[in-house]
Amino acid sequence: MDKVQMLQVLAASLFALGLTGVIIRRNVLVMLMCMELMLNGVNLSLATFAHNMGSAVGAVLVFLIFVVAAAEIAIAIPIVLLLVRRKRTLDIETYTDLKG
Amino acid sequence: MADATILSLVLYLPVAGMLAIAALPAGRDGVVRAFTLAVMVLQFLLSLILYAHFDPAVPGLQAATRVPWIPDWGVNYVIGLDGYNVLLVILTTFLGPLVTAGAFSAIAKQVKLFYAMVFLIQFAMLGTFVAQDLFLFYLFWETMLIPMFLIIGIWGGERRIYATVKFFLYTAFGSILMLAAVIYLVWSLWQTTGVASFAFADLYKARLPLEAQQWLLAAFALSFAIKVPMVPFHTWLPDAHVEAPTAGSVILAGVLLKMGTYGFMKLGFPLFPEATRLATPLIAMLSVLSIVYGACLALVQTDIKKIIAYSSISHLGYVMLGLVSLDLLGIQGAIMQMVSHGLVAGGLFLMVGMIYERCHTRELAAYGGLAKVLPVYSVFFLILTLASVGLPTTSGFTGEFLVLIGAFNAAWKPLAGTPGIPVWVAAVAVSGVVLGALYMLWFAQRFLFGAERVPHGPVADLNAREVSILAILVAAVFWLGLFPDGAMKRTELAAREYQELVAAKRAPAATRLTGEVPAEAVR
Amino acid sequence: MGLLTLIVLLPLAGFLLNGLLGNRLGKGFVTAVGCGMPAIAFAVTIKCFLDLKGGGWAPLSEVAYVWTMVGQDTFEVAFWFDRLTAVMALIVTGVGTLIHIYSTGYMHEDKSYARYFAYLNLFLFFMLLLVLGKSLLVLFVGWEGVGLASYLLIGFWFGDMEKAAAGKKAFIVNRIGDAGFLLGMFVLYSAVGTLDMPKINAAFMGTPVPAVSASLVGILLFIGACGKSAQIPLYVWLPDAMAGPTPVSALIHAATMVTAGVYLVARMSGIYLHAPEASSVIAAVGALTALMAATIALAQDDIKKVLAYSTVSQLGFMFVAAGVGAYGVAVFHVYTHAFFKACLFLGAGSVIHAMSGEQDIKKMGGLARKIPITFVTFAIATAAIAGVPPLAGFFSKDEILWFALASDRGGSVLLVLVMAFTALLTAFYMFRLLWLTFFGKPRMLKEVEHHVHESPLSMTGVLMVLAVLSAVGGFLSIPHFLEPMVALPGVRPGMDAYHYWVVGGSVAIAAVGLGAAAYFFGGDASRAAAVKAGFTGVYRVLSNKYYVDELYDRVINRPLLWISDAIFLRVGDRFLIDGTLNGLASVAQRAAGRLSRVQTGSLHKYAFLVLVGMVASLVWMWRHG
Repeated sequence: MDKVQMLQVLAASLFALGLTGVIIRRNVLVMLMCMELMLNGVNLSLATFAHNMGSAVGAVLVFLIFVVAAAEIAIAIPIVLLLVRRKRTLDIETYTDLKG
Repeated sequence: MADATILSLVLYLPVAGMLAIAALPAGRDGVVRAFTLAVMVLQFLLSLILYAHFDPAVPGLQAATRVPWIPDWGVNYVIGLDGYNVLLVILTTFLGPLVTAGAFSAIAKQVKLFYAMVFLIQFAMLGTFVAQDLFLFYLFWETMLIPMFLIIGIWGGERRIYATVKFFLYTAFGSILMLAAVIYLVWSLWQTTGVASFAFADLYKARLPLEAQQWLLAAFALSFAIKVPMVPFHTWLPDAHVEAPTAGSVILAGVLLKMGTYGFMKLGFPLFPEATRLATPLIAMLSVLSIVYGACLALVQTDIKKIIAYSSISHLGYVMLGLVSLDLLGIQGAIMQMVSHGLVAGGLFLMVGMIYERCHTRELAAYGGLAKVLPVYSVFFLILTLASVGLPTTSGFTGEFLVLIGAFNAAWKPLAGTPGIPVWVAAVAVSGVVLGALYMLWFAQRFLFGAERVPHGPVADLNAREVSILAILVAAVFWLGLFPDGAMKRTELAAREYQELVAAKRAPAATRLTGEVPAEAVR
Repeated sequence: MGLLTLIVLLPLAGFLLNGLLGNRLGKGFVTAVGCGMPAIAFAVTIKCFLDLKGGGWAPLSEVAYVWTMVGQDTFEVAFWFDRLTAVMALIVTGVGTLIHIYSTGYMHEDKSYARYFAYLNLFLFFMLLLVLGKSLLVLFVGWEGVGLASYLLIGFWFGDMEKAAAGKKAFIVNRIGDAGFLLGMFVLYSAVGTLDMPKINAAFMGTPVPAVSASLVGILLFIGACGKSAQIPLYVWLPDAMAGPTPVSALIHAATMVTAGVYLVARMSGIYLHAPEASSVIAAVGALTALMAATIALAQDDIKKVLAYSTVSQLGFMFVAAGVGAYGVAVFHVYTHAFFKACLFLGAGSVIHAMSGEQDIKKMGGLARKIPITFVTFAIATAAIAGVPPLAGFFSKDEILWFALASDRGGSVLLVLVMAFTALLTAFYMFRLLWLTFFGKPRMLKEVEHHVHESPLSMTGVLMVLAVLSAVGGFLSIPHFLEPMVALPGVRPGMDAYHYWVVGGSVAIAAVGLGAAAYFFGGDASRAAAVKAGFTGVYRVLSNKYYVDELYDRVINRPLLWISDAIFLRVGDRFLIDGTLNGLASVAQRAAGRLSRVQTGSLHKYAFLVLVGMVASLVWMWRHG
């Protein structure tokens, strides 16, 4: 297994770990952190390829994802705070208001 | 100032006006009204310069602006005046100030938003007319939906939600089909010629197999027919008209419906000439059905606005008949009928709005003998009624007469290569003349004559603002009835071009599939 | 600006002045403008007539402006003045001016004095457009325009729903005719390529004949004429039109507008000469209308209704003449009819004026002494319409009877017998009217009787002028004057011998009609009452006008409304179209309701679904990659 493959496996594991966390954890904050984990998995993968192929495109995308992730958190945390203020809990299962 | 600059100015003045209104502080309704009117008047005066400078002898675009936009897709920002749109642009800018002034007393809530929306719709309508690129056209076409939706939805009557949803679904449904057709059309142009372009002029040259033409025409036609509206795609119109505030009705009847007929003339028919020629008798029949059906339904309505709404369906049937006649007189008549209907139906809706403000009902049965109580109102109403009936010396006659002559020319001696219109269809169209008189006079008689019945009376006759609005409108109606030549000169070349595009003999189907554009097709 | 344009524009100026300023500037101004403009127009028309004569009868022609020009097709507003136009224009402006003057007296008390004169001038404007127009287009503009003026004037007292309804009926029935006219015009235009009437006539007279059936065009145009000139089946509006002020009935519904159809047929004689079928239809419809209207007139009690039906009947006479090719004779009858019928209507107006608005002849009687001038003029006009020689009506009616018998373009014994019988009825009902109105014992209420008074000079003066014209007008032979333009038809072989029989017959008819009326209605009219009692069924049918209005209502009006309402609105719009749409909408709503159950609200399930989707797409890519 060469270096690239190893890094890719690491990236995939990070992503899978994040996804699992989002699916099984009930705490909203933990879910958000797991999402960050997924994004970073993708970032790692992109950075690896960028380095391997000598192209800057991947690196640019990484920066884009950084910005998006930062913005996302900046909006998500206040939303979570507001939610908590309403229902006094971080349990995601209590927030089913959009149920069809 | 160059004409192209003036045209851009005319087009973007409403946007500037909208932004300026947004910047005004809330609660200054009087300022908003005066400002809107001033901008609209300025816009109309500027457009008059364009009209005066418009050279009837020059074919193609005038006062054009061309800017590359998305070069990879062949999308360009192209606007300009030609014979197709010049009268409609003037009609739009002409009605703008009248609509604005007409809504002064009727709109009391959210005045800022209202006039912003009027500006927006003015912008979208003008854009649709002057756009010479399909992408741009589609953009404007869709933009129009939003302000209209809001105007009916916020300032409308009791069942406004039902009416807006119906209006929106109908038109959106048509638009989606048109979008699909537009994409397919551009794609196949690119396939056959290697040129990606949304320019009308290029799209006219697309050579499509007949079957594809028929599907595309069907998609475009459905979208436009809903807008016109042609029977049986018309049921949104009466509801939308009844629920819309007066200004909305006037815009709807005055300009918006012409989008459909303009679309047919500028795009639907010339883009797919062979399919159009095959469909001519069918479309003619539908047009005549619209004429008769609309008139008959107008006959049994009890709501004043519905009567005029159904009469619109009937009158636009004439426009469609003129367009498919492919006869020069018929086409010219169709254009005149578009303008005339804009003035007359717009005026009638304004007048209904004026009486509604006073008496708060649209039930015809509640009224009677207005001629005694409101003499000035009645005179104007009678003039517009007679113009709607198509009495000679009014604009309604010019349109109807030329359309019918065109229809008969198409029936007796159709252009070579076109199927023409069945004689019986042309003959049935003439019955619209009688039916029109029947419902309009029946309406006028119950409304104006007989014993006095004025709900919430006593009421005051028209004030100076209303009289000036109507006097301007009526003057235009008579002008186009008595001296239509100046206007018709300006549209003649376009009518000719349209006729050639649709009726011209083209290469037989076999050679069309090679992907080469034959030299003769490149005009 | 040429003189012909001036003739047309003068009344228009009157309309605009009176319509816009009349109420502000007072009655004197209205009267001066309202009567002045037609009078000047009359003077200008005479000037044009002299020019025409001075120019060796070469038609005057003048283009006012080009209405529109599309490619090769030019529609211009042009005027044309030849012998036929001259006759019509002189009648219109001459009689028109007289009736304007009469109106100043008749409408003196009316609140809407200015509006009345504005409308009347508007009518003259359109009527002059009609007779002076060179192309069918201009003629049609005038044609519709007089319909409009007629609509406005019939419904002049619009506060009364019935009167407004009568105006509407007139307009719509006329529109039905106009639709036929338009059809004819369109067919002509497709075939000949012009609407210019001299050119159309020339095209049909020359070779090759246009590739269109002259009879088709002829019949279509005649449908228009039927509407305007109140012939079967479109005559129903004219009797109702009597709701308008009486001078209007005289001007529009007797002397000028209703003869427009006759003018049209005479003007387009080039077509009708080549359309024997159309001509037969015209003669047949004319004869039938004349007879039917005359029988209805026998049983009417409203003074204006009797005159209205007699107008319909006389128009039938004119169409019979036109149908047998004697266009000059038809115009001759237009001309004499304009005098005596205007005189009769204005006389009736004077009677109504005297009777404080009463129109029922059963409530009149014995008026001869009280309003002598009205009586004398009315009697002269009655004698003229009945065909008493040597009054005007005798000459024109005699010629119609003669050509109905002898013309080689469709004259026949049957036709002349029908017309002779109708002439007899005419004499009878007219003398009946005269008798019941002016002779016998007064049958009105005491207070009405007390108020009976002769009309002012503005009215009686006009009556006297018209009475003189009704008396001597026949000596001017219009057919002879028009002969260079529209030749009279030839006489069938062997018919010349009967000419004096026809003349004698005409005199006899008038005499018999007079005698019979005197016999039945003399004294207390008991003989007439006995006859009426003997034929109650017939009388009821006649006095109800053959129930034609009711028939039209049942056969046309109600089915149209029913189809519009039940079929188009309820089945078409509401059930089929909106029903389908609402159905589709509710199907979509229900489907969405089902699908919405996927939306559980649990973020975990969503995330899991994302995972499933990702895995599935990976698998798919792996399998297909």
